[in-house]
Amino acid sequence: MTRAIEAEQVGKLYAGKGGEVGLHDLSLQAEQGQVLALLGPNGAGKTTAVRGLATLLSFDRGTARVAGYDLGREAQRVRERIGLVGQYAAVDEQLTAVQNLRFLGRLRGLGRAASAARAEVLIEQFGLIAAANRAVSGYSGGMRRRLDLAASLIVTPQVLFVDEPTTGLDPAARRDLWEALRELVRQGTTILLTTQYLEEADELADKIVLLARGKVVAEGTSDDLKAMVGPPIVQIRFAAADDADTALPALARVDARARLDSSGSMVILPATAPEALARSVDALTVAGLAAIEVTLRKPTLDEVFLTLTGDGPATEEAA
Amino acid sequence: MTTTAPVTTAPAIAAPRLLAASWIIARRSISSWRQQLGAMATGWLFPIFVTLLFLGLFGGALDVPGDSTYVDFLIPGMFAVTMLFGLESTTLSAAADATRGLNDRLRSYPINGAAIVLGRATADLISSLISLTLMAAFALAMGWRPVVGVAGAILALMLLLALRFALLWIGIFVGYGARSVESVAYIQIVTWPIAFLSSVFVNPATMPDWLGTLAELNPISATATALRDLLGATSWPTQSFAGDQAVAMAAFWPLLLTAVYLPLAARRFRKGGK
Repeated sequence: MTRAIEAEQVGKLYAGKGGEVGLHDLSLQAEQGQVLALLGPNGAGKTTAVRGLATLLSFDRGTARVAGYDLGREAQRVRERIGLVGQYAAVDEQLTAVQNLRFLGRLRGLGRAASAARAEVLIEQFGLIAAANRAVSGYSGGMRRRLDLAASLIVTPQVLFVDEPTTGLDPAARRDLWEALRELVRQGTTILLTTQYLEEADELADKIVLLARGKVVAEGTSDDLKAMVGPPIVQIRFAAADDADTALPALARVDARARLDSSGSMVILPATAPEALARSVDALTVAGLAAIEVTLRKPTLDEVFLTLTGDGPATEEAA
Repeated sequence: MTTTAPVTTAPAIAAPRLLAASWIIARRSISSWRQQLGAMATGWLFPIFVTLLFLGLFGGALDVPGDSTYVDFLIPGMFAVTMLFGLESTTLSAAADATRGLNDRLRSYPINGAAIVLGRATADLISSLISLTLMAAFALAMGWRPVVGVAGAILALMLLLALRFALLWIGIFVGYGARSVESVAYIQIVTWPIAFLSSVFVNPATMPDWLGTLAELNPISATATALRDLLGATSWPTQSFAGDQAVAMAAFWPLLLTAVYLPLAARRFRKGGK
């Protein structure tokens, strides 16, 4: 079976301040049913990549196939098989959920009865029954996103592009949306997700491509990426900053790289040696200090990001 | 959450062709009018408010050319102004579709992209027809008595719709390039001087020479003068070539504006923005 997404060195560059911005050579592969995340800050080229793969703009280099069809030559075939969830609720604000879904169903080629039936199913599936006949302009952010996702599923897509789906959502709405995406994946849809949230990529993606300034910085599973930046971390939290100050010299004898974190009441040190955790606890006991919490954890994707890109999230405008 | 059949590579459902898709998109706008009937009615009736204002407030004070009554003189021009006022709703709805992602969704559909623009155009022309009908009914009630045959009436309507059609492309061009709906709200303010700097309300001969020429060159003046000719009202004595050849100018201007702005709007649409 052909891959769901296969991009070979696609890119699109725009003139921007201080040189060209956009997307340099991006190569991607996703198998049917996988979730691939493009992770990066604003200006990394994520949206350019998604808009190109969803046929909204044409790449000026490279070739790509989506759902088995060539983006350039068979764009209409691609469009029959994809769905797009953008950064907005891409529906008519003045219409109700039912009207929007029926309208979009008709436009996708469903008959009058079929589009009405499909609208009903989706409204129930996405918990919009109570608001089904109210204009979208009065919906909450979470409801809009659910309707937007429902609208993308009128014809179940083989490949769904999801561009920063949870930006601006509260945690509960975010969990709901994640669950809806997982359900789609269980049914075999391939998802290409862009996000600025490391947690989101970690939660959903089988494979993460880390983008910065239009270039791929790293790719792999979330564990692969974390492994790239080194050992797990021992994290020791104290009740007060004074305690942490007192403990630091003792912990520095376990590993010279031990340091206070930004809160001042936590010491973190890399667990290069397997016994680092046990030795840290011993050191605290010897020094007669009590910690509130001692944890051994992998680096967060935030830390991965900082290590691999060499800087914090950039602040340029999204391309 | 309920489950549906697994995704397969089964052949996709055929999407509607150009005209069917355009009509579906136009109908979507028409359905939305019902949801915002107050706003739509205000838009449709606005030219009537302006006419009332002129009839009541300035009607006694303004000179009218020839032996026309003030109503007979004013109404043909107000039809042209009604078309101009439609520019605002086209621009704002085009900006809403472009900036709130609806255009992106529709552009990712397996339909002919021209349907998206044609659907907008169809809905806006229908909206303008509603406004014109209300305006005509109001004018007749106010004593407007056009002297016109069937052919003349049809030609007058064609000229009005041609002007509206040309203005559509300007509205779509501006709207599709907008960063937000609010950023193009200035279009409301721009339409006013364009309406007043014409031969609709005031005799261009009373303006400074350069301004008078500008007012006669205004496409709104061309359509207004042509309509007066067709509907049996007298126009001001003209100052320039543009004033002499009103019917030709009323056909020429929409053609020129369409020739310039339709390709620009189409290009902007294909690019998905500026």
